[in-house]
Amino acid sequence: MFNFKSYVKAGSVQEAIQFLEQNPEAHLIAGGTDVLVKLHKGKGQFSHLVDIHDIAALNVITQNDEGDLVIGPLSCFTSVAESALIRKYIPILAEAILTIGGPQVRNMATIGGNLCNGVPSADSATPLMALNAVVTIEGSRGLRQMPLEDFFLGPSRVALEHHEIMTAITVTHDNYTGYYGHFYKYAMRNAMDIATIGCSAVCKVEGDILADLRLAYGVAAPVPIRCKNTEDRVRGRRIVSALLDDICEAVINDVRPRTSWRAARDFRLQIIATLAHRVVKQAIINAGGTIQ
Amino acid sequence: MNRTITFTVNGKKKEITIDVRQSLLEVLREKLGMISVKQGCAVGECGACTVLIDGLPIDACIYLAVWADGRSIRTVEGESRNGKLSKVQQAFVDEGAVQCGICTPGFVMAATAFVEKHRNQKVSREEIRRGLAGNLCRCTGYGAIVTSVQKCLDDDLD
Repeated sequence: MFNFKSYVKAGSVQEAIQFLEQNPEAHLIAGGTDVLVKLHKGKGQFSHLVDIHDIAALNVITQNDEGDLVIGPLSCFTSVAESALIRKYIPILAEAILTIGGPQVRNMATIGGNLCNGVPSADSATPLMALNAVVTIEGSRGLRQMPLEDFFLGPSRVALEHHEIMTAITVTHDNYTGYYGHFYKYAMRNAMDIATIGCSAVCKVEGDILADLRLAYGVAAPVPIRCKNTEDRVRGRRIVSALLDDICEAVINDVRPRTSWRAARDFRLQIIATLAHRVVKQAIINAGGTIQ
Repeated sequence: MNRTITFTVNGKKKEITIDVRQSLLEVLREKLGMISVKQGCAVGECGACTVLIDGLPIDACIYLAVWADGRSIRTVEGESRNGKLSKVQQAFVDEGAVQCGICTPGFVMAATAFVEKHRNQKVSREEIRRGLAGNLCRCTGYGAIVTSVQKCLDDDLD
């Protein structure tokens, strides 16, 4: 039996917000694959639960009239990876999600939970950041939106107030139209593993020019990060093999990996540079480009 | 912290009172006697507790029993019909895909979901391995397990 002290089940977003307001110690539970594991290990901060598992309104993936893709945060990984909209417009997200856990975990774990946990290894974070995803947050003082990139504040710290809940993840039409991407997760095993380094590249190619590049890494810093300096340096340049070498070199200055029991800092830097080359190259090829 | 839930287990409707702190694994084993559902790691890594909820495999150890309210659950206890093993169960027997046996019920349910999802499709051994990646066999009897699943799918293709 899990050792929590109170439990309320929210039927709607408004109800969830009310429950959070009523109890300053309350914590949301969605898919349960993180919270219940932490409870099993005796972590005290999950003693009071507000259960949002069955709020159906947050479990849909749609395309609005503007063509923007709107992902309900309670969508489980399997439904995101198998969504026809996701596969058609932003397949990089499906690619990344299929590297998470195993089938059972993907049937339970939610994409919103993955983001709200705020761990640097969240595999769904880097493709969404490379797509300039925006998150919608609702709380007792209303609704606000922010780029996903700004949502991550530090290890296990995200920009959610106690009374707030993530209600949408949006990728706007202009951020995916004409863009192609690639994702790679370097881990010790092919399934049921945490990334040593995760890498997402999304790019736009015009003729022999790299018109735009958005490069994001997981586990390369205390939070998932975008490599803005590298992106600025290579935007608009001709696609030649020297460009890829330049990206590998530049990316090192954008990242801040650490040594942990999983991998040493030097090893992570090596993987980061290698993946910059491979993943950007594949993204360019997916976008119809050729490396001269 | 009691609550009454209604769900279907292996085709039979059940109404039972549970504690909201209980996992589905605990309710299935302790209240309903479904001891095919094994507790291995208890943290969603080994798949020994795999059951199907509305056709999808999940780890019952990290699934609150209260979430099963209104849903349909399948365990190994319900897979045979009139004493005849299901196709997946029979394939496990035929291939000798059982060693110590503790992972077997979980594997059978994960494999059943995989076979039902990929019926009439040509599936590689690699894809089967990915489909069963949430189940661990510490006797490492994976080869025969993958072959069992392959046989079930190939039989359907003929």
